[in-house]
Amino acid sequence: MASSQQEAASAYWKENVRLMITLLIIWFAVSYGLGIILAPVLNSVAIAGYPLGFWFAQQGSIYAFIALIFTYVVKMNALDRKYDVHEE
Amino acid sequence: MDLTLTTYLIVGATFALYIGIAIWAKAGSTGEFYVAGKGVNPIANGMATAADWMSAASFISMAGLIAFLGYDASVYLMGWTGGYVLLALLLAPYLRKFGKFTVPEFIGDRFYSKPARVIAVIALLVASITYVIGQMRGIGVAFSRFLETSYEIGLFAGMGIVFIYAVFGGMKGITYTQIAQYCIMIFAYTIPAIFISLAITGNPLPQLGLGGTVENGGYVLDTLDNILVDLGFSQYTVMKGTTLNMFFLTMSLMIGTAGLPHVIIRFFTVPRVRDARLSAGWTLVFIAILYTTAPAVGAMSFYNLINTVQPGEIGAEEGNLAYENVPEWFSRWEETGLLGFEDKNGDGRIQYYNDGNEAFAATAASYGWEGNELTVDRDIMVMANPEIAQLPNWVIALTVAGGLAAALSTAAGLLMAISSAVSHDLIKGVFKPDISEKGELLSARLAMAGAIVVAGYLGLNPPGFAAQVVALAFGLAASSLFPVLMLGIFNRRMNSAGAMAGMLSGLSFTLVYVFIYKGWLFIPGTNMLPDTPEHWVLGIGPQSIGAVGAIINVVVATLVARATQPPPAHIQELVESIRVPRAS
Repeated sequence: MASSQQEAASAYWKENVRLMITLLIIWFAVSYGLGIILAPVLNSVAIAGYPLGFWFAQQGSIYAFIALIFTYVVKMNALDRKYDVHEE
Repeated sequence: MDLTLTTYLIVGATFALYIGIAIWAKAGSTGEFYVAGKGVNPIANGMATAADWMSAASFISMAGLIAFLGYDASVYLMGWTGGYVLLALLLAPYLRKFGKFTVPEFIGDRFYSKPARVIAVIALLVASITYVIGQMRGIGVAFSRFLETSYEIGLFAGMGIVFIYAVFGGMKGITYTQIAQYCIMIFAYTIPAIFISLAITGNPLPQLGLGGTVENGGYVLDTLDNILVDLGFSQYTVMKGTTLNMFFLTMSLMIGTAGLPHVIIRFFTVPRVRDARLSAGWTLVFIAILYTTAPAVGAMSFYNLINTVQPGEIGAEEGNLAYENVPEWFSRWEETGLLGFEDKNGDGRIQYYNDGNEAFAATAASYGWEGNELTVDRDIMVMANPEIAQLPNWVIALTVAGGLAAALSTAAGLLMAISSAVSHDLIKGVFKPDISEKGELLSARLAMAGAIVVAGYLGLNPPGFAAQVVALAFGLAASSLFPVLMLGIFNRRMNSAGAMAGMLSGLSFTLVYVFIYKGWLFIPGTNMLPDTPEHWVLGIGPQSIGAVGAIINVVVATLVARATQPPPAHIQELVESIRVPRAS
């Protein structure tokens, strides 16, 4: 019994870490990738009056950060239930 | 009604509200004093955290910073928001599950070491005290500029208000005041922004207006790019610094944000682990309302200012505004010293251009310009906005109340972090572990009162290096606290030797690098290299070095932990238990 509980705990943790890494890759790609490193290239495209790289740096990345945290909240709540470690 | 009277009424009403909340939210136990009884709704905590986080600098100075730096100011926008992703995914839920009162307490328990706890207290105190000086100054300046009092009286009034709700209410009083302060500052920020966006682009949403078009049909940003180039400046939307420095500066600000104790402890106040995650999301929503508006405020008020002084064709004699025709707000802000005009070529007209640009010098000379004649303080971009947009006096007064709310809410949060570290980590944790609940509550209140007095004293006598040290606060939090907190959760094998070696190496590396460029202990003249980009190692400035310090911290901690004994079994169990939400 104890060992199956341990297995469940470690499977829960692995899924959590995988989700976290996926979200952090997006976090990095949007801000550092599109907002900084690729910004000079993206600036040659303009969407709705914004040079695209500039938009990612001053608007888009912030919206993406919000979306990332709420995705994490929803997915973690589901994960907590799946492994029956959720709170009352 | 007279502007000063209106300002007094509105600021007075907000202060009365804060005192009312203080009377209602008195703390009766250490749990209420330190973490508001862990009963704060996650959305409410999101608002409180947003107010806690957004300081006088965010409210008053950031839009101006964006106006003058253009694209390069994106580091602050991304850095001060992206940190919340790290906080939500890497720290907040786990530290909430740990369920104690302070950040050093986690470090002390997790690394079963009092010295580690004391190092964490020192890092916390240095980061928080330097931060609070800026808030105190902001309060004093706001009073002296808008309420026609002296700087000292303004500072005492601010200290008095914080004293009432922080000493009696602790975290509970601070939380509910911060919620009120958030509402005041967000209205004060967005109302003028909506009007200026409507006036310039016809779009009421500043976030969309910034992509909109101006009167002549050109896009706001294109137009700004063109005018600036014509005046010898760089384009607004283009990178002026180096990619590497921007990268590390953004990273340092993000990691530093996630590691600042006064922000982390706000997540100890929600009831459950999943509330901590959710609360981080709401925090960022509430911050983003201001942070996505700020680029529009910066660009549009800058556009407005340039258009005011340069209404006609650049280079034409009639193109510049004659000084005798300046609008009323211009004269008003000249009196405060935030705008300055010096007629260098004696033509009675205002020339604003980049006289540091050698390539542009010949063009300027052919126009008969003999140097830039207008000096603009960046704070004006927010504070003068309502007047430039010709909004009624109550909106101007609301902006003052908003600036004060921003400074007060951040000051209170920092004072909370400072006083809980002193009373809970030093007095109870190290010197007098057998102190009673009542005794600790009393010492917490005394520590809060003491912290307010110290902050007030430093606000009255700011050390010359105060401004320099604020940049260091992020570097310290990034290089010392964040990495060990993260390792304490994600690396079960991390032990006390590793954590201490990591904290000390990250901290000392960052300090030394900063001191080399800023002077040892910030004493002027003792810097070993000039603080200019060509002398920075790989072009990484002292403000950006915290991220490198964090990497060094992680590497050293991991190597030392591997070479020494693993942590005892009960610590490994502690790590297991903070990783799952449900209490076992």
